[in-house]
Amino acid sequence: MKNKSQIILRSIVLAAGLALLPAAAQASEGVALKQVDWSFNGPFGTFDRPQLKRGFQVYKEVCAACHSIKFVSYRNLSEAGGPQFTEAEVKTIAAAGNVTDGPNADGEMFERPAEPKDRIVKPFPNDNAARAANNGALPPDLSLMAKARKNGPDYLYSVLTGYAEPPEGVVMADGMNFNHYFPGQQIAMPQPLSDDQVTYEDGTPATLDQMAQDVTAFLMWTAEPKLEDRHKLGLKVMMFLVLFAGLLFATYKRVWKDQH
Amino acid sequence: MSGHSEFQPTSAPVKWLERRLPILSLMHGAAVAFPTPKNLNYWWTFGGILMFCLGVQIITGVILVMHFTPHVDMAFSSVEHIMRDVNYGWLIRYIHSNGASMFFLAVYIHMFRGLYYGSYKEPRELIWILGMVIYVLMTAAAFFGYVLVWGQMSFWGATVITNLFGAIPLVGDFLLSLLWGGFSVDNPTLNRLFSLHYLVPFLIAGVVVLHIWALHVPGNNNPLGIDVKGPQDTVTFHPYYTIKDTFAVVMFMIFFALFVFYMPNALGEPDNYIEANRLSTPAHIVPEWYLLPFYAILRSIPDKLLGVIAMGIAIFVLFLVPWLDTSKVRSARFRPLYKQFFWLFLIDALILGYIGAKPAEGMYLVIGRIATAYYFLHFFIILPVLGLVETPKPLPESISKSVLDKSAAGKAA
Ligand code: HEC
Ligand code: HEM
Repeated sequence: MKNKSQIILRSIVLAAGLALLPAAAQASEGVALKQVDWSFNGPFGTFDRPQLKRGFQVYKEVCAACHSIKFVSYRNLSEAGGPQFTEAEVKTIAAAGNVTDGPNADGEMFERPAEPKDRIVKPFPNDNAARAANNGALPPDLSLMAKARKNGPDYLYSVLTGYAEPPEGVVMADGMNFNHYFPGQQIAMPQPLSDDQVTYEDGTPATLDQMAQDVTAFLMWTAEPKLEDRHKLGLKVMMFLVLFAGLLFATYKRVWKDQH
Repeated sequence: MSGHSEFQPTSAPVKWLERRLPILSLMHGAAVAFPTPKNLNYWWTFGGILMFCLGVQIITGVILVMHFTPHVDMAFSSVEHIMRDVNYGWLIRYIHSNGASMFFLAVYIHMFRGLYYGSYKEPRELIWILGMVIYVLMTAAAFFGYVLVWGQMSFWGATVITNLFGAIPLVGDFLLSLLWGGFSVDNPTLNRLFSLHYLVPFLIAGVVVLHIWALHVPGNNNPLGIDVKGPQDTVTFHPYYTIKDTFAVVMFMIFFALFVFYMPNALGEPDNYIEANRLSTPAHIVPEWYLLPFYAILRSIPDKLLGVIAMGIAIFVLFLVPWLDTSKVRSARFRPLYKQFFWLFLIDALILGYIGAKPAEGMYLVIGRIATAYYFLHFFIILPVLGLVETPKPLPESISKSVLDKSAAGKAA
């Protein structure tokens, strides 16, 4: 009996140690990020729909000048679990972009306004054009950005609000901007957001902080569009499994009764 | 498999089948009537859990292949297509990617169980060796699969790992061009790894059959490590262990589901959500967590070839454990010294895993080297010597006696 409890005790100590390792690893790395209490955090987290709409507005009016979100189609904007614009709104949003289609019956390629089925139109036709317009720096695609950095949402928010004058003695390379949270603290992207950069249709005051949170939430949705489905299904699966495990345990005890 | 079956077909079709292909009596003998020690604890449920994991990987994998495109220009976006456009594609992919981690977690528990209870000792050496073959195939399958996503870590991980083969003298260059199908990791590499990723799990399934066949000759070891003396020591596999294993699998599914539904990317590298780019090297190239201990050993040796050799020996030495351990007593319960060293070794493996995730510099390098040295010390010195110097505790007479004593003590308390 002693052996068994010893093993269990040791496993618990080990498990605790394992759980602490990543925390210790984190502590030893760079600047601590600003933490936001996101609506999508936690097992019951959902997106805040008005926030996603505002976030899309910030993306469209500011970030879209330089960054693509190539894995997202216009139609996604009206789908469940996202900003849920109406289909009519999505048609209007799409029509603002132009795509090349074809060949038509005459064998010619032609331009037409984008439709909901199209991918969201990119600002630049290719990476070289994007670099040429940005001092040689490439603005990365943002579709997956919220999952492509450690603690993605907190990181995005921190970078967007982390611009400052370079501290004394720090020499900035040509065309670079000081940012507390970007690795190396010199970023090629000029500060994209400042107070009242956009005018929100829902009347929310467009502070830097508000816009940074809104666009980050929107980018979390572009990276993880099935997050709400996942949380909802997870709850059902968990409830089923726990119940099933309980029944199995009772059966197990019953089957073994004659052996003890 | 050996004849434990008193299977008596009664219905006409079963009798018909039985005379031509006695597969039902074979399965009855292996999974129903099979006599199993009555004192197995929960660490013994991981065999069943591993079968579950293999099944999950194969089923989800076959579905992923229906939507995946193995081409450098399309692989990454086809994975995103699965995540966004395929019905429940996100679920299938998250089960498959987290499933690989769960598979390794289970296999490590299963292996350490074997090390603790001496399950590799006579007459079960071959079961252990077949298990090691499965483990090596699993690492191959997982590595191939990870490359398919064609993210930054896929590409750079593949570059680092394939380059290791280039360090082998004489045949290194040949092996490299065979793996790459060209002069670097590129489309031909992706194509051959895709083919192999589909193949290896079925090889694993084959070796699993051998593993279980070999197990069913002597039967299970047990926490006391003593032999079964007679029918009073055993119960039939069904229903006693079918119900216990099923319960354990469902508990495991709960743990698994926590990752799939609530932290699907916690075990992955964020860099793999950036499409592969041969012009930009990530700051830290790290393998998935389950390969980190061996990666730490590789990097703790300054010379590339020697590092590869050390890593190779670190894996190969596990095949030799049945002969490196000179003690006749199986279970660590009755080996007071080995028991301490078992835990030290487990801690050493965890330290190596931690170091594998860190840059190879400064203190990390020093700790990594000490832990690497201890890893080899454990197998080549401690294991053989312990068996010679240790005085084991007296072994119980039989399993049934020990079980009776225990439940008597339980009732008295
Ligand atoms: C004037 C063009 C421009 C605009 C507008 C712009 N960016 Fe950028 N962005 C860039 C460039 C250039 C980089 C590359 C920076 C580098 O590598 O140093 C970048 C990089 C980034 C990164 C990656 C940081 C990293 O960790 O690598 C994020 C995230 C980002 N931008 C978000 C945004 C968001 C959100 C907006 C809108 C609010 C926005 N950007 C607006 C040009 C722009
Ligand atoms: C031993 C069992 C297996 C293991 C350990 C394994 C492991 C892996 C891993 C680690 C990945 C990368 C996951 C990610 O980050 O997305 C992967 C991807 C993949 N696997 Fe497997 N796998 C196994 C079996 C299979 C089988 C049997 C198939 C198909 C028949 C398959 C098909 C795929 C495909 C298409 C991908 C790429 C798509 C994706 O990333 O989700 N796998 N596998």
